[in-house]
Amino acid sequence: MHNQSVAPIAKHPLDSNMTMNRNVMGMLLFIGSESMFFLLLILAYVNFHSQYGTGEMAAWHLDVTKTGLFSIALFASSFTLWLSEKAHEKHSGMAIFWMILTIVLGAIFICGQALEYSELISEKLTISRDLFGSTFFTLTGFHGFHVIVGLILLSVALWIMVRGKQGELTEAGLTCVSLYWHFVDVVWVAVFSVVYLWRFVS
Amino acid sequence: MTGGTIHTHKPVNWLAEVPEYQGILSWLTSIDHKQLGILYILSAFGFLVVGALMGLTIRLQLMFPMSHVVSQEVYNQIFTMHGTTMVFFVGMPLLFGFAVYLTPLMIGARDMAFPRLNSFGYWVYLFGAIMLFFSFLSGGAPAAGWFAYPPLSEKGYLFNNGQNYWALSLFVTGIGSVATGVNLIVTILTMRAPGMTLKRVPLFVWMILMDGFLVVFSLPALNAALVMILFDRTLNTKFFDATVGGSPLLWQHFFWFFGHPEVYILILPGWGAISEVIPVFSRKLLFGAGVMAASTVAITFLSFGVWVHHMFAAGLGFAPLYIFAVTSLLIAVPTGIKVWSWLATMWGGKLRFTVAMLHAMAFLIQFTIGGLSGVAFAVIPLDWQLTDSYFVVAHFHYVLVGGMLFSLISGVYYWYPKVTGRMMSETLGKWQFWLMVFGFNGTFFVMHILGVLGMPRRVWTYPLGMPGWAELNFFSSCWSFVLVASMLLFLYNLVWSFYHGKIAGPNPWNAWTLEWLADSPPIGENFERVPVVRSRRPLWDLQFGSGGDGEHHA
Ligand code: HEM
Ligand SMILES: [Cu+2]
Repeated sequence: MHNQSVAPIAKHPLDSNMTMNRNVMGMLLFIGSESMFFLLLILAYVNFHSQYGTGEMAAWHLDVTKTGLFSIALFASSFTLWLSEKAHEKHSGMAIFWMILTIVLGAIFICGQALEYSELISEKLTISRDLFGSTFFTLTGFHGFHVIVGLILLSVALWIMVRGKQGELTEAGLTCVSLYWHFVDVVWVAVFSVVYLWRFVS
Repeated sequence: MTGGTIHTHKPVNWLAEVPEYQGILSWLTSIDHKQLGILYILSAFGFLVVGALMGLTIRLQLMFPMSHVVSQEVYNQIFTMHGTTMVFFVGMPLLFGFAVYLTPLMIGARDMAFPRLNSFGYWVYLFGAIMLFFSFLSGGAPAAGWFAYPPLSEKGYLFNNGQNYWALSLFVTGIGSVATGVNLIVTILTMRAPGMTLKRVPLFVWMILMDGFLVVFSLPALNAALVMILFDRTLNTKFFDATVGGSPLLWQHFFWFFGHPEVYILILPGWGAISEVIPVFSRKLLFGAGVMAASTVAITFLSFGVWVHHMFAAGLGFAPLYIFAVTSLLIAVPTGIKVWSWLATMWGGKLRFTVAMLHAMAFLIQFTIGGLSGVAFAVIPLDWQLTDSYFVVAHFHYVLVGGMLFSLISGVYYWYPKVTGRMMSETLGKWQFWLMVFGFNGTFFVMHILGVLGMPRRVWTYPLGMPGWAELNFFSSCWSFVLVASMLLFLYNLVWSFYHGKIAGPNPWNAWTLEWLADSPPIGENFERVPVVRSRRPLWDLQFGSGGDGEHHA
């Protein structure tokens, strides 16, 4: 028996050979997977952009300024979430304030999307009208769905911040939620560029 | 000494006596990686029987020319369900079962990184499988083949709900697979025993790590494609509707961007099993373990860059053909290296021809045949001649059955004692092995010839008087009964040995990796204590002090 080489399992820190937190790593991988999913939805849109002329339809139907303003709300929410994280690290009560602001900004974006959808649909532009409708609603719809999921996660984080005891919302937990939210944001940068801004290039 | 564990509770040497596993509720609510692994594997075998019976039905229909065992409609449903079941509801759960059962044990961990997510993955898979089979009751199963090309898979052509169930079911299952893939990667990267660097993990674990990456990055492509076809069918979107500008080719690209990595997803765990079995039964270190690990990484990357070889006949123009012919030839190189590594490991070793080892050796031969017929498709003129013929059917059964299934069955014989505490019957096993070798090769080898003679795949029947067709089909169908019988014998052996097998003890094969340090069956949190790992073969070190990396003798 080589007892000196036998370590009791309870003692060894399981993350001994890796400094990254397990939950954060899991979230990053999940985000990687989700990125592939969005990449392919975006490629589907791009595929029809010139081939079928969805690009011109986007120019015809979409209101870049309005959606641009709502997008700024979403981009700003990434910033406020970052501030909330910083405050949380310092155990400052401002964390709650910034978190609420983040959720409000996210909600504003979703309302903007709902508004846009209802206008398009009133113009008889639906998901089944043509390839523009199909690719546009599928892509932005899935993004909107992710925003809503993100809002739910943020609300849970907020709820724990408000109700929970000190330290119950762990740093890793908050990091996961915020990584997800930033990801949703970055996806929108890509979607907005391709769907709304591309026509200014060509 | 054999085991290194010290117990606080009474050791149990048979799975049926583990106190925590008593009662059905303990299985339904479990988040223990061992129970979930067993559930995965048993479910996979359940669906294997279903899938095999469908395969047999196909062979019965094709046994004679101009026969009418089932109708055309039913035939289409059967081969679609056969392919879908075998890939997604046999292959995937089988490999996940091996992966979630063994990975924590082999790296000296107590469980997976996310035990609840692990159980989510299993139940989502089962739900998806049930949803797929429910389609039979909803007016007809899917019938567009396992890769469901539009326009055939569009509503205008297949208007019953089967195809919707197909898409929904695979979508749901796909989400569970991604969850399990993430779980496996995080487990391997963060939960290894002290001293077990990534260089010292068993090759099985290394392959599972790569498999995790393949799952995480390729399944979303399938999911995106499934969403689109589902929307086309239910919301009247136009993604694949060529009449209004949609693109059926887009489906092919998306599907195969997933589909090619998928075949490596299916084979990697089998390679991992073989890489454990062959060294142990040759009493040697795996030859070129580092090269083996590196070539797996190469394959992981390359497998994302070859998908167009499934579309050589789609009329894409010449540039893509050349590029993807080259990448496809390239990926054969790391694969070939592996075969040489396994052979070199056996070379000059003290071979023990256990049933596990026999399956591993049959794997080597059959997988090589499947690999060679695969490389043939990378040669574009040959592809144009052979694509969509029975040559293709022969090819992928050689890699999926002769490769994946044989290697994982080898793994079952090897790890069964660990899982259940009892040895599998070698006598029954030898019968099963030879029946399976003859049944498998008898059924599928002649399909190469049928393909060369021009028999297309997915045909319901064929006319009299085609040269050789009637004879070869009859031959193939006869052997398919033997193949299915051998599968049933295998399952019988699983059950028989569970009650009558010899008690195994912790390390019946005298193997070297950490799972053999735990009890058979492992209980509770697997290990009370794990050694500090100093080489690829920690149990060797425990026994002899050092030398596990082979620096003294092997
Ligand atoms: C029980 C033994 C099996 C028999 C007798 C059998 C027989 C067949 C036959 C004759 C076909 C061609 C049908 C046609 O093109 O009309 C086929 C297709 C297929 N088989 Fe098997 N098979 C067996 C096991 C398996 C296993 C274990 C797998 C995978 C793990 C598998 C995967 C497939 C796939 C993916 C297809 C393609 C389905 C399609 O065309 O959409 N088979 N099988
Ligand atoms: Cu391929």
